[in-house]
Amino acid sequence: MKRTNELIVAIAVLAVISVITWGVFAVGDNMPRGVTTYAQDVYQLHNIVLGIVTVIGVLVFTAMFTSIVLHRRSKGFQAAKFSHSTRAEIIWTAIPVVILVVMAVPATRVLIDMENTAGAEMNIKITGYQWLWKYEYIEDDISFFSALDRDSNRARQLGSGINPRDVENYLLEVDNRLIVPVDTRIRFLLTADDVIHSWWVPELGWKRDAIPGMINEAWTLIEEEGVYRGQCAELCGADHGFMPIVVEAVSREAYAEWVAGQRQELADAAHDAARLWTREELMDHGSRIYQAQCASCHQDDGRGIEPAFPALVREGVPTGDLEHHLQTVLNGREGTAMTGFRDRLQPQDIAAAMTFARNAWTDEEGEVIQPSTIADLDQG
Amino acid sequence: MSTATTHHDDHHGDHPTGLARWLFSTNHKEIGSMYLIFSLLMFFVGGAMALVIRAELFAPGLQLVNPEFFNQMTTMHALVMIFGAVMPAFVGLANWMVPMMIGAPDMALPRMNNWSFWILPFAFTLLLATLFMPSGAPASGWTLYPPLSLQGGNSLAFVILAIHLMGISSIMGAINIIATILNMRAPGMTLLRMPLFVWTWLITAFLLIAVMPVLAGAVTMLLTDRFFGTSFFNAAGGGDPVLYQHIFWFFGHPEVYIMILPAFGIVSEIIPTFSRKPLFGYTSMVYATASIAFLSFIVWAHHMFTVGMPLGAMLFFMYATMIIAVPTGIKIFNWIATMWRGSMSFETPMLFALGFVVLFTIGGLSGVMLAIVPANFQYHDTYFVVAHFHYVLVTGAVYAIMAAVYYWLPKWTGYMYDEMLGKIHFWWSTIWVNVLFFPQHYLGLAGMPRRIPDYAVQFAEFNMISSIGGFMFGFGQLLFAYIIWKCVRGGEKATAQVWDGARGLEWTVPSPAPLHTFDTPPLVEDNVAVHRDKLT
Ligand code: HEM
Ligand SMILES: [Cu+2]
Ligand SMILES: [Cu+2]
Repeated sequence: MKRTNELIVAIAVLAVISVITWGVFAVGDNMPRGVTTYAQDVYQLHNIVLGIVTVIGVLVFTAMFTSIVLHRRSKGFQAAKFSHSTRAEIIWTAIPVVILVVMAVPATRVLIDMENTAGAEMNIKITGYQWLWKYEYIEDDISFFSALDRDSNRARQLGSGINPRDVENYLLEVDNRLIVPVDTRIRFLLTADDVIHSWWVPELGWKRDAIPGMINEAWTLIEEEGVYRGQCAELCGADHGFMPIVVEAVSREAYAEWVAGQRQELADAAHDAARLWTREELMDHGSRIYQAQCASCHQDDGRGIEPAFPALVREGVPTGDLEHHLQTVLNGREGTAMTGFRDRLQPQDIAAAMTFARNAWTDEEGEVIQPSTIADLDQG
Repeated sequence: MSTATTHHDDHHGDHPTGLARWLFSTNHKEIGSMYLIFSLLMFFVGGAMALVIRAELFAPGLQLVNPEFFNQMTTMHALVMIFGAVMPAFVGLANWMVPMMIGAPDMALPRMNNWSFWILPFAFTLLLATLFMPSGAPASGWTLYPPLSLQGGNSLAFVILAIHLMGISSIMGAINIIATILNMRAPGMTLLRMPLFVWTWLITAFLLIAVMPVLAGAVTMLLTDRFFGTSFFNAAGGGDPVLYQHIFWFFGHPEVYIMILPAFGIVSEIIPTFSRKPLFGYTSMVYATASIAFLSFIVWAHHMFTVGMPLGAMLFFMYATMIIAVPTGIKIFNWIATMWRGSMSFETPMLFALGFVVLFTIGGLSGVMLAIVPANFQYHDTYFVVAHFHYVLVTGAVYAIMAAVYYWLPKWTGYMYDEMLGKIHFWWSTIWVNVLFFPQHYLGLAGMPRRIPDYAVQFAEFNMISSIGGFMFGFGQLLFAYIIWKCVRGGEKATAQVWDGARGLEWTVPSPAPLHTFDTPPLVEDNVAVHRDKLT
């Protein structure tokens, strides 16, 4: 009598909890499927484990709520006296062990696959900086920086008045995308220049920390052309939320074309570093570099956010002494968020940004710094 | 069974009044009360910081604070909640209840007890003062990972000193609890007759003594790296930033169990009381607690699967972490078996205990998911993790603390709290806490990293829902403070027994418990005293 009663109530409770669980799954988001075999393995593994823990949860809560419905004092239910059962305890120790083994087996298989980085057709070195990424294509000898794009950067300033919904791919767009070929096994080498960052594109199925002084490895083989977006996943300072990653996977042919184009640009840049620039050219180019590289700390108006991010328009550093200014921009300041830009920017970028900072907020005519000056210093 | 003790307050000498009474108190009940009040205060301070975070995350774009301050808030929120709210609350409960549950007149080391408490206000003054310093509060997350944590200003030194003080306070508290439990049990109170709250605290105290010095070592190395030119964690100087993470989590994982084992103990007291049935599987509960404590030392690297460890290490830490689910499962099954065919009633402590069982289980299940390394490469450092640890900490640890407060409040004050308000507090909190944290699972899976002040617009809806939940839950806690205040002021008189199903020595003394109890030790004759049946 008691038992049939319990069984009926348990079935009813199970039905209710199942409906609630179904609802919880129906309204929510799940992990993306991914665009690599590895990512899809992870997705599947995630779904298996999620399924298993959900069933466990539903059964546990069914037992609990059946008891809550039936075994109440308000219904005059008399308490039983039992307080242990070796058999029951063995069962609920053994069954979880079996379930865990069932989960551990595929997890181990997928992990072994991920950790095998051999057989790469190309290598890309990723370096995290506060707060942008540098990509170096080892074989193709191309390298560039990739930072939050200007529209997002403007909209995300405190009290910018710009509605993020009006910005396309708000916070998930960069100035220079990581272009990679599909159907190519790519090995990534990850490191960082200043603090720890973490490179994460959900569609590729993993994240890996970029740690100063260490090189981590990971690999991918993208099967579908497309644009895949991600973000830095390890707290790396004030603008941790503003260093997105955009991977553009293109056909192998398109990739070869892009490489050729990059080569040409490289040649042009070398030419630019050597020639003499006009003040207007430097100011124009400088305002763009300043926006992208400097404004997040020193602000659009050069007034900074004291004390962490010093103003540039006061007397003294760096609009003061030129030598000091050069040192700070090229080599950074130890113990602050100011990192050196020597390796991060082309000489013409540094020269332009400095010229901009020395002229933009004053009526007097400040110095003009030529790219060749920086290039010479760089050699020395 | 024991006999209720009588009230002697004169042979302990003069009792100072006013401020001196509290400053110089060596009485476990007064010190327990101070711990609990301090904890409640910190709960609101930390809660206010959480609301700053949720307000900024209410909509995409930066509306209220700059990213630097946002990071200060996430860091301080966690430090205040962990070291200021949860840990002192458990120590306060131990102070009040452990002596009364084992039939001891006071803690073994009463003067040290006074110290352990009074260090805390100084520690938190130092910590909170950094908010007003030119370089601002720490902003590198509660984990203080270098090199980021070393970039901050001089306020880091204050934070580290504050952590040292908290560590000293915790270690002294732990020594005191161990000394009390091992030396001051009443005749007949054998180890395997002790209430589970006492057992779980005994084991927690050992964890504290083992790992607080490790934390102290880790932050001291940060201090010397930052101010004295060492390079423990500086790669350029031959150090290793990952070393810090290993040391930190060697403290950090046992730390999360420090915050949950006493909660297990509390729930193991409350469920039998309101089920009117002995605790199911007492001995296996004790062994499960001990094995969780042991395992907690060999799983630390599950917090750092993405740093790039050798395959063998990752497999080891994955398997070890998964094994923790077994003793944790045993506990959950035993609680349900305790309810099974009991005669349950649903007063507020029971509601919070049942809420604990359900919601902590959800957190435990997402913990198992997090242990699966390839999937962890996706979950790690996302809102999925944030959801996981808030289920185990807010609806786990904090719910257990609230259950304990409702359960023992009549014993402390001599009055019944307002049952109606208590129930409203429970239902209000439970609805909104789920609105607050459940959608964070979705956010994490969809790709939102943790510790960011602003996010892509595809995350807007669930963030808004979560923020609404946060504000509702947060303001609801003012009701908790009001209920306590009201109960201290008066109400229906509580009996000594308070709850008809309650067992244990603390229920044999009058309510409110007089300042000195068990001056003559009671005699414990059988297991009934501690929620077990007559057998064994
Ligand atoms: C079945 C039991 C549990 C398992 C298997 C488990 C597993 C995990 C794993 C693998 C992580 C790392 C996630 C990541 O960062 O990628 C994690 C994070 C965390 N867990 Fe658990 N957990 C369990 C129970 C608990 C309990 C009982 C608590 C505390 C009461 C807790 C508190 C935390 C906290 C605070 C973090 C995040 C720390 C941080 O990164 O700031 N967990 N858990
Ligand atoms: Cu970051
Ligand atoms: Cu852990």
